[in-house]
Amino acid sequence: MSRKTPKKLINENGTRLDGRELNQLRPLKIEVGILANADGSAYIEQGKNKILAAVYGPKELHPKHLALPDRALLLCRYHMAPFSVQERKSPAPSRREIELSKVIREALEPSVFLEHYPRTSIDIFIEVLQADGGTRCAGINVASLALADAGIPMRDLVVACAAGKVEGRLVLDLTDVEDKAGTADLPLAFMPNLNAITLLQMDGDLTTDEFEQVLNLAIDGCKQTHALQKEALKAKYVAVKEAVEEE
Amino acid sequence: MPTYFENKQLVVPGDLIAEGKYGAGDSTYKDDDKIYAARVGLVTLEDQTIHVVALKAFYVPSVGDTVIGKIVEVGISAWMVDINAPYVAVLRASDVLDRPFNPRKDELPAIFDVNDLLIAKIVAYDRTQDPLLSVREPGLGKISRGQIVEITPTKIPRVIGRKGSMISMIKKETGCQITIGQNGLILISGKTPEDERLAVMAVHKIEQESHTSGLTDRVSEMIRKEREV
Amino acid sequence: MTSSMSVAKVKQKRIAELISHGKRLDERGLNDYREVQIEVGIIERAEGSARVRLGKTEVMVGTKIEVGEPFLDVPNEGVLTVSAELVPLASPKFEPGPPNENAIELARVVDRGIRESKAISLEKLCVTPGKKVFVVFVDVYVLNDDGNLIDASAMAALAALLNTKIFNYEVKNGEIEIKPGYTQLPIVDYPIAVTFAKINDKLVADPWLVEEQVMDARLTITIDKDGKICAIQKGGYGYFSMEKILEATKIAQQKAEELRKIVVKD
Repeated sequence: MSRKTPKKLINENGTRLDGRELNQLRPLKIEVGILANADGSAYIEQGKNKILAAVYGPKELHPKHLALPDRALLLCRYHMAPFSVQERKSPAPSRREIELSKVIREALEPSVFLEHYPRTSIDIFIEVLQADGGTRCAGINVASLALADAGIPMRDLVVACAAGKVEGRLVLDLTDVEDKAGTADLPLAFMPNLNAITLLQMDGDLTTDEFEQVLNLAIDGCKQTHALQKEALKAKYVAVKEAVEEE
Repeated sequence: MPTYFENKQLVVPGDLIAEGKYGAGDSTYKDDDKIYAARVGLVTLEDQTIHVVALKAFYVPSVGDTVIGKIVEVGISAWMVDINAPYVAVLRASDVLDRPFNPRKDELPAIFDVNDLLIAKIVAYDRTQDPLLSVREPGLGKISRGQIVEITPTKIPRVIGRKGSMISMIKKETGCQITIGQNGLILISGKTPEDERLAVMAVHKIEQESHTSGLTDRVSEMIRKEREV
Repeated sequence: MTSSMSVAKVKQKRIAELISHGKRLDERGLNDYREVQIEVGIIERAEGSARVRLGKTEVMVGTKIEVGEPFLDVPNEGVLTVSAELVPLASPKFEPGPPNENAIELARVVDRGIRESKAISLEKLCVTPGKKVFVVFVDVYVLNDDGNLIDASAMAALAALLNTKIFNYEVKNGEIEIKPGYTQLPIVDYPIAVTFAKINDKLVADPWLVEEQVMDARLTITIDKDGKICAIQKGGYGYFSMEKILEATKIAQQKAEELRKIVVKD
């Protein structure tokens, strides 16, 4: 089964297939603390993306020889549900999922005070329930919130967003179709208060000037997303406070 | 010296709380002269130290803390105790027996068995070893009756209240005996199941609304209303 | 690459101090590469092969060409597939078994450089549209890890591809008939990967093993023959500022040109 790629992704007015402007994020919905068993959890819907993250830990790591004497070990598993994509994906981890698990872990590591919990592990699970491009970025966004929800001390939240080039135009937050048909895709993760880029990948074809512009566009998307992350984290406490004040 | 957040304001990890010669207290960290929040919580300014009272955090063992734990493993000369922390705690047989442990005569399961609950004190803990417990002091030892309620450890001070005002009120209103573990576990033992239920409700309400004011009054009002029902 | 071997604190300090003064333990400048040696055509059974020595890092790449089915969304294009093995003899850290996250990352970064620069003219590898195409297997075999496997592997992969020949053929009745002679694999771009380590907030190009063990982050930038960026990969548990990234990009373009001259000797 194959799907035909639409002929044009951006029309003459600079509007994209889903009606967005070039520099516009997809609509975002974020909820924190939605899983009862996990120590921390969060859920995001971004356009058609539906992604769940859960954190367990810090907890003692077994087997003990894998534990690090001076810090916690961060374990990260990015996984796509078989029904998350157009053609059913086998549940076994693919090479892409293994690479993404690694780069996502490396995107989150700088934010956690791992040295505070030697000999333990902090396990992060990211499950993509439905995918439409930019899943590693959305995954990082919820994983970071899940870590905060678990009460694990962090230097900063990590926020991620992708930007790229489609039909000669620089765009923010690419969908799957735009990524596949476009000429460049650049996912980026960022610790906003520390101005530190913790994930950076690119595949495509960009001049150095275009690269700098796309980089800035992605960071701008991150800053917008960060505001929504913070709101989601505070949401349940704000709701309780408001309810109490009404009494 | 500027602070960007006021007392009792809600912050999230990475928020810059203040700049200048402040000390970095609980759930905060310092970078150069800047104090940042490390957890979600309420800003608390104490003299020149900035704390964040975390709204949710796990227990980190501290020497001198009284904790409530559950035996998870009986070893050869020690028990492994789950104290709701990233590390499993150890209770040595020699601590309980008051004399050297004799493997031929002493049977550990007879003293504490798997799933037994106990109140203990942390007597040793550092980065290289698991926390060490003791049950020697009066008031410590096996728990034979009552219910355990678990709340996030950072809210324990709120359950105690200023100078014990909150916990005294709950004890009075419900008639329950309440033992508080610093690790977020609270033992409630009442004369009737109804008394215990009210105390449990009170604790949960405190956990939910810990970041609001006027809580002591609202909790005592809730208990009274529930009794009337 | 994640490392479990730790470097003595005293040595770590020394490396960091030297780097703050623009020097490295092996006396290279911060932007200097180790000596590059390339040999091609060493494995006759492979359609193409190359061995690269980058200092003491040694990587061999062999290419194999087979006939297979095209992907459904690109029915008239050949297929490229890159894989990498960190064989146990290359380092005390490598264990036997299926490729781990490091091997997979290595393969995918090398793959992206070749794929995104469109180095191989995949349209020319179509035998019967929609049914039969040539599949190019690029297998990276690491023989000794002394740091910077990515750049060494990328150079070896490019050299092996330039060395690759496909048998001549004719399609008769839907079947492939092999004819005498060979044709070079059509290569139209020459992507070069340039990797930096960040140590003590400074960038060093072509990190060797000890520097990799001390670094907090790694940045690979792959540049095509026109100086455009075709792939980027950040690795390691640390982070970069935007300024550092742009600084690395400038240096990468320059280094890529120098390295390309060694790999493409035409």
